[in-house]
Amino acid sequence: MAERETHESDYVPYFLHKGKYPGALGWLLATDHKRIGLLYLACIATFFSVAVIIGVIMRINMLPGHVILTAQQYNAAFTLHGIIMVFLVVIPAVPTIFGNFFLPILIGGRDMIFPRLNLFTWYLFVLGAVLALVSVFFGGGAVDTGWTFYVPFSLKTTVNVPLAVFAVFILGMSSILTGINIVTTVHQLRAPGMGFFRMPLSVWGFYATAWVQILATPIIGITMLLVVMERLFGIGVFDPAKGGDPLLYQHLFWIYSHPAVYIMILPAMGVISDIFPVFSRKNIYGYKMIAFSSLAIASVGSLVWGHHMYVSGQSDTAGIIFSLLTFLVAVPSAIKVFNWLATMYKGSIQVEPPFLYALSFIFLFSIGGLTGLFLGALSPNVQLHNTYFVVAHFHYVIFGGMGFGLAAAVHYWFPKMTGKMYNKPLSVVAWLVVFVGFNIFYFPMFILGWEGMPRRYYDYLPQFATLHQVASIGSFIMVAGLVLVAGNLLRGLVAGARAPANPWGGATLEWTLPSPPGQEDFEEIPVITHGPYEFDKKESGA
Amino acid sequence: MNASEDAHAAGRLGIWLFISTEIILFGGLFLLYSMYRLKNPADFHAGSLELNRVLGTLNTVILITSSLCVALAIDSLGKGRTRKSAWFVAATIACAFGFLIVKFFEWTAKFHHGLYPNAKVLLSLPKGENLFFGLYYLMTGLHGVHVIVGIGVLSVMLVRVLRGTITPQNPTYLVNSGLYWHLVDIIWIFLFPLFYLIT
Repeated sequence: MAERETHESDYVPYFLHKGKYPGALGWLLATDHKRIGLLYLACIATFFSVAVIIGVIMRINMLPGHVILTAQQYNAAFTLHGIIMVFLVVIPAVPTIFGNFFLPILIGGRDMIFPRLNLFTWYLFVLGAVLALVSVFFGGGAVDTGWTFYVPFSLKTTVNVPLAVFAVFILGMSSILTGINIVTTVHQLRAPGMGFFRMPLSVWGFYATAWVQILATPIIGITMLLVVMERLFGIGVFDPAKGGDPLLYQHLFWIYSHPAVYIMILPAMGVISDIFPVFSRKNIYGYKMIAFSSLAIASVGSLVWGHHMYVSGQSDTAGIIFSLLTFLVAVPSAIKVFNWLATMYKGSIQVEPPFLYALSFIFLFSIGGLTGLFLGALSPNVQLHNTYFVVAHFHYVIFGGMGFGLAAAVHYWFPKMTGKMYNKPLSVVAWLVVFVGFNIFYFPMFILGWEGMPRRYYDYLPQFATLHQVASIGSFIMVAGLVLVAGNLLRGLVAGARAPANPWGGATLEWTLPSPPGQEDFEEIPVITHGPYEFDKKESGA
Repeated sequence: MNASEDAHAAGRLGIWLFISTEIILFGGLFLLYSMYRLKNPADFHAGSLELNRVLGTLNTVILITSSLCVALAIDSLGKGRTRKSAWFVAATIACAFGFLIVKFFEWTAKFHHGLYPNAKVLLSLPKGENLFFGLYYLMTGLHGVHVIVGIGVLSVMLVRVLRGTITPQNPTYLVNSGLYWHLVDIIWIFLFPLFYLIT
């Protein structure tokens, strides 16, 4: 212990560490994985706020008798909301913020394997975001195609499509390089004794996600380039007048964009798998099943894209095959859910904020996942395609799943990242407001869609008024809750109590470091002798 | 393993992952090519006859030679012959320029015949030929961009070999640039028969 104390005397929190560059440059030129994680956090939090505000404006517009946007403005609003949320928030958030900050620590390394490449991905990310922003204000105005950029409309509309899709191309490059960095880091930087099956399940989540990022993203890259080329030079590959086939665009788009759903959800599932054992004081149930189910989701999920195109004119045979595969991909997701439940069974549960978010993740994700099966079945899809049912479904999966998973991660790792603790009772209240608001907001949309309310319409028939009103009120409650969450975290950052090194009693490596960690993370690279959730061994000092 | 071997192994894994993303990037275009060729075999046949096989073959020879040069550059470096290695890198770059010059003349000739997207001549031809030339420009164009990037990368490598920051003990950057260059080569090896030879 004496040796350890001498080390502690020269311990400096990573964000106070004096590096090569002073002040803001120390951040803008940082290659330290923790700082890059926070750079991403700052950007993504900003983009998220913008997209939420756009969402609120749309919900005000949908209040009965409150049409405040023109049809064109509404088209631009849902497109921007979608582009920002999908490409700037949901896809990058967990891998770039928490993957960067915690992945090296969780496997006992000192940084990502390619630190400069890591910083470069952030600059690409910012460049993509700036280009997307510029496309809103210049050259014909904000994109009105929806985030899917479907041809032939995206080839005909007068707004600034080329710049927006080029921005997506750049963001894709950023995502690919992050994926390469994560896979290589996991292969090369694991500490001695850290076998693949001693890695925390969050690392498995990041790892499986990184593979999807690497293997799927190039397809959207080329697809977006093709749209740019079509717009600039009239190449004709998607233009029926020149022999092109718009359906092929949809194939190429969804070959990426369906796996992208798993890029969104897998890392969140990984974090959730870390949280349940900690707050149940029990080893995870079915470690290998959860790890392999991540890989199963990543691989089978790459083969289901056609379920977005049942009514687009693909063959019935293709529809049947894609429907079957879609049902299959539900199996590994269900495996995870049952394993989480079994982990809690007979555990000694500690109800803390991260745990509440993790629980609501299961509840909301299950609703989202099961309604996904309605949509994946061929005949209901004819009725439900492009309705509010779809909107409700993917918000339950993405916001209820990934969003609540992200919030769980924030509340779980906040003390480690900042060295401060937020106000726990207030965070429980905030969670409750968000959770209740969320359900009042999105659940009526299932009914609206079932009754035939099409998505992406700026106005509606009178019979839909009541449910739209309920949904809008729910959205206001939810956003109030989000403000409360953000306020509580910011207050914690400024004035919170000092957080101990291991506030939740976790057994993974990040909790062996001081809160916040020092610049080098580990004084000495640890030697791993037990699995990530073996609390008894941890407590007996092994 | 020591630190430099670790870094070498990491760089190797990283570049192979990157190369797979490049192959998938082109894969999207190969997919379009297959679909449209399947739908318009006769027009693709007619389009293919318009291309200059002599220049295509010449470029294939140039690129294969360049791949040989970069392999020899890595080999020479491994044997400690740094200057020889630098010469081979320079030869690779020269081949890359040669390839682009031939490509330039090829494209210019097509433009003179009105065979480019949205040109009146091309629009008067069947739809399949429009697709053929659209894909021809897209795929050889994207490949050309990779050649240009390769010139940039190899020039940096040339400077680093001459300055001695790439050494026989620490050859990772040159080896990885070589792998990238082989990728550029092999994509062309597929483009050449698809556009010039299959009729």
